[in-house]
Amino acid sequence: MLAPASSPRAHADAFVELQKVTHTYGRGDKEVRALESTDLRIEKGDFIALVGPSGCGKSTILKLVTGLINASSGVVFVAGREVTAEPVRVGMAFQNPTLLPWLTLRDNVMLPLKIVAPFRQEYRAKRRSEFRDRVDALLAQVGLAGFADKYPWQLSGGMMQRASLCRALVHEPQLLMLDEPFGALDQFTREELWGIMQELWMTRRPTVLLVTHDLKEAAYLANRICVMQARPGRIIQESVVGFARPRTIALSYDPEFVTLTQRLRELIMRPAKETVQ
Amino acid sequence: MNPQLRRRFASAALIIGFFVAWELLCVAFGIKDIVLPRPSQIVVTLAQRMPAIWPHALQTLYTTLVGFALGILAGVFLGALVGSSKLAYDVAYPLLVGFSSIPKVAVVPIFVLWFGAGTIPAVLTAMILCVFPIVVNVATGLATTEPELEDVMRALKASKFDILSNVGLPRTMPYFFASLKVAVTQAFVGTVIAETVASNRGIGNLMMIASSSFDVPLVFAGLLILAVLGVALYVVFSFIEVRVTGWAHRKDEFAMG
Repeated sequence: MLAPASSPRAHADAFVELQKVTHTYGRGDKEVRALESTDLRIEKGDFIALVGPSGCGKSTILKLVTGLINASSGVVFVAGREVTAEPVRVGMAFQNPTLLPWLTLRDNVMLPLKIVAPFRQEYRAKRRSEFRDRVDALLAQVGLAGFADKYPWQLSGGMMQRASLCRALVHEPQLLMLDEPFGALDQFTREELWGIMQELWMTRRPTVLLVTHDLKEAAYLANRICVMQARPGRIIQESVVGFARPRTIALSYDPEFVTLTQRLRELIMRPAKETVQ
Repeated sequence: MNPQLRRRFASAALIIGFFVAWELLCVAFGIKDIVLPRPSQIVVTLAQRMPAIWPHALQTLYTTLVGFALGILAGVFLGALVGSSKLAYDVAYPLLVGFSSIPKVAVVPIFVLWFGAGTIPAVLTAMILCVFPIVVNVATGLATTEPELEDVMRALKASKFDILSNVGLPRTMPYFFASLKVAVTQAFVGTVIAETVASNRGIGNLMMIASSSFDVPLVFAGLLILAVLGVALYVVFSFIEVRVTGWAHRKDEFAMG
C-alpha cells in the first residue's frame, strides 16, 4: 500500500474505522465497484447494522474489516491499527451455518479455541475440562443444552444457526461480524434468535457489525443503522436507534418503530426506482 | 430393516440363479467343457488343483496390495498438490485426463523393457491403474471445499496448515475412501494384465498357460478366484469407508432405517 506523506491515523475513540475506502472486484471490463469512498466509524462495544439493496457492498465492508480482503484504496483501522496488522479477535457468522459436518456441535463450537491465540496454546490441556464447560454453557444459553454431542445434520436449520452464533462468540471476540445470520430462518425462529442475540450482546458487549436485508431486524438489534446504496456502494444515511434495551418483539409494533422501518425502506427503495427503468 | 433384508435376499437369489441357469443351459445344450465348463466343474477343478492355484493367488494378491499401497501414496500426494488451489486444479486437469485415458495395457511393455519380466512391472501396472481415481477424487475433494468453510477459518486468522488439517483433509476423506473402492479393483486389473503379458507367476500367468493348453476349466477357476478376491477387497474398503466417513453417508443410513 502506498503510504502518503502524512500517513492516516485512526480516530481516537473509534474501534473500527473506514477512511475513504474504495473496493473494486475484477479487472478491465468486468470491473465492479463494490464500495466507493466510504467512511464509517464504530465505537467499542457498539452494535451497527448495515442495510441496503443487494450488491451495495454490505458484505464487502464485513470482509474488509475482517481482513478477508484488502481494500483497493483507503484505510481500514481496527483497534487503532491498520487491519492487516490487526491483533484483534474476530468472530463471524454467515447466512449458512457453515458447521463442519464431521464434528459434533461441541467440537464445532470449540473450533475457534483450537485456532485462536491465546486459547490454542491451552487447547490440549483444557479441551476436556474448562473449554468443554465453557462451550456447554454457551450452548445452553442459546437453548441447545443437551445437543452438544449431536452432529449438525441431526439438527434443524435454526438449531444449526444457534450453534453457529456460539462458534462466533466462544473465543470472546472483540469484534463480531454477522453476515445475514438469520436470513434463511423462518419468522418465529428469527425473532427468537434476535432476543438471544440481544442478550448475548448485552452480557458480553462485543462490537457488532450486522449485515441484513431485514429492516425490522436492524431496528430491533442495532444502536445505529447505516443505509447503503448500490452501484457504487456507499453509505447514504446513518440513523441512531434510541429504543431502550432489552427490546421486545412487541416493540416492533410500536408506531415509532414502524415509522423508523418505513423511513429506512423508502430510503432504500428510492434510488432503486430511479435506476431500474 | 425389512426392505434392506429383502434387497439382500434378492441379490443373493440373483447370484445363485445366475450359476444355476449357467449349469442348466450347459447341460441342456450339451456345451462342451472346452467351450464353456459348467460351474460345478469349475468348483471341482478349483478344489482338486487348489495346492497348485494357491501360490498364484497369493502372488496376485500380494502384487495388487503393494501396487495399491504405492498408488495410495502417490495418489494422495499428487491429489493434494493438484487440489491445493483452483489454479493448480484447472492447470493440471487436462494433463491428468490425458494420462488417465491412455489404455494402461499399453504401458506394460514399457515397464518390462525397463525392469524385466516379473513382479515389478505387475506392481507398477497395478499402481498406475489405481493412482488416477485417487488423484482425481482427492483433488476434487480439496478443490471443492466450500469457500465459506475456509472463510470461517480465515476470519480466525488460521494458518494454511490449520485450514488444511481442520477443514480440507477431513472434508476430502469421503472422496478419498470412495476412490479406494474403485482403485483397489483397478489395481487388480493392472496386476492381472501385467501377469498375463510378462510374468511367470500369478493368476494372470496361470490362466495364460491354462488357456494355451486348452485347460478351460482351470482358466475359469482362475477367473473365479479373481472375482472372489476383487469382491473381498471391495467389501473391505467399503466397510472402512462407512466406518471412517459415516457423516457423509447419513442419507443412506436414514434410507436404510
